Formats: sequence, C-alpha cells, structure tokens
Amino acid sequence: MSKFLVEELEKVQIQELSALEISFNRLIETLLIKKAENEQFTVRLSSERSQFTRFNHAKVRQTGCVADGWIELILMADQRSSIRQFPFTGNWEIDWQLAYTALQELREELIVLPIDPYLVLPSGNNTSRELHSGNLLAAEAVVPNVLELVTELDFTGIYAGGLIIKAYGDSNGQKHWFATNSFTLDYSLFTTDGQAVKGTFAGSDWAKSAYIAKISEAKKQLELLSRPAKELPRGQYKTYFAPAAVADLLMMLSWGSVSEADIQQGNSSLAALWRQEKQLSTAFNLKENFQRGLVPRFNELGEIAALELPIIEKGDLVNTLVNSRTAKEYEKISNGANGSETLRAPEISTGKLVFEQILPSLDTGLYVSNLHYLNWSDRQTGRITGMTRYACFWVEKGEIIAPIENLRFDESLYRFWGENLVDLTTFQEFIPEVGTYESRQLGGSLVPGMLVEDFTYTL
Amino acid sequence: MWSELKKAIASFDIPADWIGIRAVKETSTTRLVRDALPQLNGKSFTVGAMLEVLVNGCLGYAATNSLELSSLQAAAQTAYKQALAASEWWIHPFGESERPKVVGEYKSPFLEPLDALSPGEINDLLVRICQTLKVDDKIVQTIASASTTERESWFVSSNGSEVYQKILSIGTNYGVTAQDGVIVQQRSNNGSQANCYQGGLELLKQEDLWHRVRQIGEQAIELLTAEECPTTRTNLVLAPDQMMLQIHESVGHPLEIDRILGDERNYAGGSFVNKSDFGNLVYGSPLMNITFDPTVPGEYASYGFDDTGAVATREYLVKEGVLQRGLGSLESQARAGVPGVACARASSWNRPAIDRMANLNLEPLNASFEDIIGGIEHGVYMESNRSWSIDDRRYKFQFGCEYAKLIENGKFTKTLRNPNYRATTPEFWHSLTQVGNVDNWQMYGTPYCGKGEPNQAIWVGHGSPVCVFANVEVFGGGT
Repeated sequence: MSKFLVEELEKVQIQELSALEISFNRLIETLLIKKAENEQFTVRLSSERSQFTRFNHAKVRQTGCVADGWIELILMADQRSSIRQFPFTGNWEIDWQLAYTALQELREELIVLPIDPYLVLPSGNNTSRELHSGNLLAAEAVVPNVLELVTELDFTGIYAGGLIIKAYGDSNGQKHWFATNSFTLDYSLFTTDGQAVKGTFAGSDWAKSAYIAKISEAKKQLELLSRPAKELPRGQYKTYFAPAAVADLLMMLSWGSVSEADIQQGNSSLAALWRQEKQLSTAFNLKENFQRGLVPRFNELGEIAALELPIIEKGDLVNTLVNSRTAKEYEKISNGANGSETLRAPEISTGKLVFEQILPSLDTGLYVSNLHYLNWSDRQTGRITGMTRYACFWVEKGEIIAPIENLRFDESLYRFWGENLVDLTTFQEFIPEVGTYESRQLGGSLVPGMLVEDFTYTL
Repeated sequence: MWSELKKAIASFDIPADWIGIRAVKETSTTRLVRDALPQLNGKSFTVGAMLEVLVNGCLGYAATNSLELSSLQAAAQTAYKQALAASEWWIHPFGESERPKVVGEYKSPFLEPLDALSPGEINDLLVRICQTLKVDDKIVQTIASASTTERESWFVSSNGSEVYQKILSIGTNYGVTAQDGVIVQQRSNNGSQANCYQGGLELLKQEDLWHRVRQIGEQAIELLTAEECPTTRTNLVLAPDQMMLQIHESVGHPLEIDRILGDERNYAGGSFVNKSDFGNLVYGSPLMNITFDPTVPGEYASYGFDDTGAVATREYLVKEGVLQRGLGSLESQARAGVPGVACARASSWNRPAIDRMANLNLEPLNASFEDIIGGIEHGVYMESNRSWSIDDRRYKFQFGCEYAKLIENGKFTKTLRNPNYRATTPEFWHSLTQVGNVDNWQMYGTPYCGKGEPNQAIWVGHGSPVCVFANVEVFGGGT
C-alpha cells in the first residue's frame, strides 16, 4: 500500500476517533445537566471498528468488518440502581435520543425496585486518557499479507484488527478514555494426519519480518509432528507446560478463585489456601501487573487499580481481588478490581529453569504446548479437568520422540502449583487475549513455562 | 423497518451478484437477586444490520449499528471491497443457491407479554425464591434470576427474500450454596441457566415452583452429608437435564459440518466424524434417535428460517443408531456434498452466520422412569450438569453433575455427591441400553453455546427422556 494511502487511512481513523470522543463527552455533559439532585450515574462506552478475516486450508472462509459501539448507563438514586445498555453510533441525534429514553425508563424503574444496601456510588476524582496508535494492515492488504507465506501449508485461524475504545464517565466528574489500534492473528498449522502447531501474532504494528519468523519456527515444529503419534496409557507423567498451556491453567483463577466475593460466598477454589490449610509452592508467585498498558486500569466505577498488586507470594494468598461492592458488603478494602473480580493483567513470576535445560530436566515425560476446554471437576479441592491440544510430545531421556494422541487430565492446582511444581522457566511469554465474544478483548497474560512432577492423565 | 431496508437495497450502487441485509433488533432484561437482595436490574437494547455482498462467488460482509441509509450504503461498499480483496483466495464459490429467495414469517407462541409483570414484581418473586431456598442455616448463599428477550429480525435480499421473525424467550435460574465446615455443595434448578424457553411471562408461573424451590434447598443440605460418588464402572442413568449437555457436546458439536470441513480447527475444534460417515456410521445403539427440530413449540431454539433464509424443517440426524445427516448450512452442504439442515445462525447483527445447533432432541421410546430404575441391579443416577469438558474432536469427555443417587437392586438407596463420569463418544452412545418414554421426556436450553471466529454465543434447546448407559466409568471428587 502506498504511503499516501496509509496516511489517508490514519487521517480517517483519527477523525472518527475524535468524533466519537467528542460525542461521548457531550453525552456525559448532557447527562450531568439532566440529572436530578438525588441521582448519580456512571456511563461506560465500548466501541470497535474491527476487521475479521477467517482462514481455513490457507484460503479465506469469511471476511468482513464490524462497526459496533454501546453505552452502559447506570442510574442510582435512593439506594437503588438499574442499568440500560444501548447503541452508541457517534451520531449525536441518534445517541442522545436513545440515552434520554433510557434515562426516563430508569427513573420509572428505580422507584419500584428493592433497596440495595451494598450499592456503591461513584466517588473518586480519577481521570485518564490513553491513546495507543498502531500501524495496521489496510483491509485489502490483510489477506495477501497473511496467506502468501503459508500457501503450501494447512493454515487456519483468524485475523482480527482495528480500533478499540473503552471509556468511562460519571456524575462525580471522573472520566477515562482508552483507545488502541491493534491486531491479533490467531492461527494453527496442521499436518495431514491432524497434528497441529498453534501460534499467535499480535501487536499494534504489522511487522512482516516478525510474522515470517513465527511461521518459520512453526514449520520446524510441524516437522516434529510428522512422526507417528504415540498413544499413552492413562497415568501420572512428569510434564513440561509451555507458557501458552500455563496461561490456560492461569485463566481458571478468574473463574471462582481469586475473587474476594467468591471466597466469602463459598465459591472459590482457593478457599483452602485462604484458610491457610494448604499452601502452594514457594516458587509460585502471581500478581496483577498493568505496567504494559495493554488494558485499561479503570473499572466500572472509574476506580484505578494499582500498577501492581501481588496476589500469591511464595505460595501464599496475600491479596484477593476486591471491588468496592464486595468491600462494602464484607467490610474489606477495595483494590480497584473490576465488577466480576477477575484477573485483567496477570503475571506469573519466572523461576530458575533455563530454556536449554527444559528437555534435560524433563528427562522422560510430556511436553505440553497447549491445553483445551478446562473446567473444574471439583472446585473445592482445586481439581481441574481438560485436554492436551496442538503440539504435545512424548520425551525420553531429554529428547523429543513423538507427538502424542491427546490426553485428558484431571489434577488439582494444589498439586501442580504446590508440592509437584519442580520449577518455572527463566523466561516469560506474553500470551495475548484473542477472544471476541461480544467484542474484541484486550490484554493477555505474562507467564513462564513450568515443569511438574506426576501430573495426572485420566483418559 | 421493511421500507428502510428495501430502500437501502434499491439504492446500492455496487456491481454485486447478490446483496442481503439482515437487521436485528433485540431487547433483553436481566434481574438477579442474591440472598434476597438485588444484585442486578437492567435492560439491554441493540439494533444493527449485517450486510452480505456476493461477488464472483465470494461473500464479504459489513455490520453496522447505524441503520441510517448512508451507513447501510457505506457498509455495502465495505462488504463489496471485502469480497473483492478475498476473491483470489476464496475457499469455495457460492451463488444464489446458497442464498435462495424466501418469503415468510415466524413468531414465538406466548400467552402473556414479557412486560406482564413490573420490574418490582419480578424482584419480589426472586426475593421470595431466595427466602424459600434458605431451608437451613447451612445454606450460605441463595441466587435467583430471570431474564427475558424479545428479538426481531428482518432479512431482505436483492433476489426478493423477505423474512420476518420475532422470538420471545425467558430464562430462569435459581440455586444455593450449602456449607458445613470445609464441605461446600451447590444445587440449582436443573443446572445453571438450563431453564430457557420460548414464550411469554406465563413461564414464570410454574405450578410446582415453590415445591421445587424448597427441594433445591433441601437437596443441597442433603449433599453435605452424602457419600462421595464411588469410583467404579456401572450403569449410569442420566436425567434429561444432564442429557441436554450430553447430546449437545457429544452429538451436536461433532456433527457440525463446518467443524468437519476444518473451519473451527483453530478455535472450537474439528470432529472425529468424517464426511464419508454420513449414511454409514453406526453412531450409537439402535435405541438412539436424534432429531434436529426447530419446529417444537416453546423449545428455546425454534425458528422458521435460518439466517441465510433456508426453511427450517425437522430432520433425523441419527436414526436407530445410524448417522443420517449433519448440522450443515447451505454453504456447508455445497462445500462438503453431504446432506444438512437449516442451521446457518448468527448470535446477532454483528456476526456472520455459521453452522449451529438449534433444537437437538433425543426422541423418546417406551420405558417409564419406574421401570428403568426398577430394572437396574447396580447403578448411579445423576442430575443437573455442573462440569463439562470434551476434546477438540469431541471424542474424550468428562462431565460432572450436582446430585446423584446410588441404585441398588432396583431402588435408590443413598444420595451421592460430586458425581462425575468419563468416556469416549462412540463407546458411550453404543452403551445406550434404555431410553425413557414421553412421560419422562423434558426439554431445556442454554444461551451459551460458544463457537466461531469471531466468537459467538448462541441459544440452543435440547430435549431428552431419561437414559441408561451400561458399564460407564463414574467417580467422585477430592484430591
């Protein structure tokens, strides 16, 4: 694409971004004028301009663009609250009509709702404005740039890229604006007998050389996968989990684990750790780390989380994620967690296992690159079941022997992050969040690989 | 809406072979009460249009949340450019046979409108459910929620299609957490979010509601002192609320033709089923009859037409154990050359249609519940899903339930907690030894079937009678 076209594209995006911000600010200002004295409100905006191109067999299966945006308006009065969500187009006449209708409906609804003793009103004075520009491929350049390199391969996956906006404003004067222009290419390369290598390529600049390097590395793994697959009997095996697999396990901690509300309400897998009946390995450290700036730090009440928050230190649960509502209900101190008290920027600390020592330290066992479809099989004892997926290998005496037929595991986090954790790698990888339910997700997790003794495989 | 969409179609200045617009307007309410206190009250409204443009056999799309004529025209241009940019790399040439002309209408049956109760009255009901659930001090959490959805869609195309569909649906959910020291158990009404149906507010007024609410609380207390499910191989009896999950994961997903064609291999996964298996593969025992049936009144995923205009009809996917056809849209049928169904569905205006389940049901036979239990010497009966995991080819699965009973000599003898089972899909369905009758056939639904790139969560319905599977590996919880 010519330099002129790139500049024109950037100009259009900047104009559109500016128009959306002006329209959002006008909405907040108008609501401030319209609100009654006893009313408080919060407003959240989520907006995106995304290109989605889906690939199968190194061809295009579906391709298109989505221009979406919505406002979530919460009105609070007399210890009651209710929510309205409606489209945000950037066209003031349309958007204000929807907002005003929502405001009127909310006023009518609040008076018939029961009192909420744990309602939290916006109270801070935080403001922020972050713009992350990007140098993405033009829409018409996505397909050739992705596919020309993989025409001889069985390539499948999705390119998702474009502008994402997350914004917040409230009746207390808090305001946040976060805009980022980014992409993710989430892909798999398959062998003829169904073995596969998984990869992600993400960022704000499409760096062709980096993409070439990624595909070259994947091709090497494909060669290993071309060996006949080994079917292993169920049992316990020493296992190395590559960073992407560790990220899958880490994700489970956002589902009934690190949330203070879940602890208090009997729904947490970490309850035994919280009660100090159990301990994880002293080598295991987990924190929230917003230093990378990939996700907004503000939450649904405009509160800003600390740049870093330790959660598990040397195997002990030192902090849970506490939002203001939970804090009010259980007399705790909020640490700016989001409404669902989930991890937004998690990082697991490194260990002492250097890259070159991964296979020698594993000696004989499994090298697991990815996991799939995890669920609690017994949450109270921290037991997780799931499957191995993609490039997973049988290793003997420090050498990769063959890919494996996928195995089901069923194992407790108190074992694999506890007594059976041998070591974590000295390096970390950033595993981007590639989810697109409702809208494109942001961020990801920063995790090392890990070596575990006696991991239990059941089928 | 019709006039705006037709005007837009007529105004597009694009050299396309076919253009379609699917507009969706959806209003949904959610009300959630925990421990008899309000947690969430709200209404969500979304409206937008998905434009598809066919050029030289390639389909490009553009979705916009603005229905202004200028926005629709811009979207049509974008979709056209998307199709052109991909034309050299397109996977399979499509034509109007994948977007046939269709005219029609579908509306959900209902008795009472969705706003027949005020938000305050619905909150009052949910508060009372929470209060009734708390049958004991060991109930440490009670939850009750109700959600409603009114979804309208309009499909128009350059070849004369005009389809209007209006779906009304309701989902209810309630349950408890019981705790005694370090023992914690959860029990809900048929599993999380399983009570989802099409209809009106009459669905909130079930006759046995208060009996069932008390029973949920009592069963949670019962689980606190129950034995762990034993680790053994035995007869497994599954209630319809667990059969829902079983059918969904181990029959529905592996029969999706887009998975078989490889579209989903980077996300949801492929399938152990091959194209050549249709018409040949013995999927399960001769007692197994699975239908794709979007025509069941009140079932959660009923409709008249899919999102590309294919007319929805009831079809056998598996008949007397033999695989007949797959869950494949007109596009997938053209690509794979195997018979499919009207199942191209999108979660909203902002996602393209892909192969989906709708209502997928196991047809009843003739066994009464009493006869089923009475005829089992040893077995475990399980209700209500709480854990689900299956591999990317839909072959090795492990599922867990909330509540179980030990069956000894034809009778329930003990309550069991933390019941789980695991198997491979073919082994499991071949072990189907009994299928209940119409009296124990029940239907449920879920709004959370996830799939697709970009990701989409869609609503599906599943009906089944009680079923028996022989020699299944069951086990309990603990480390």
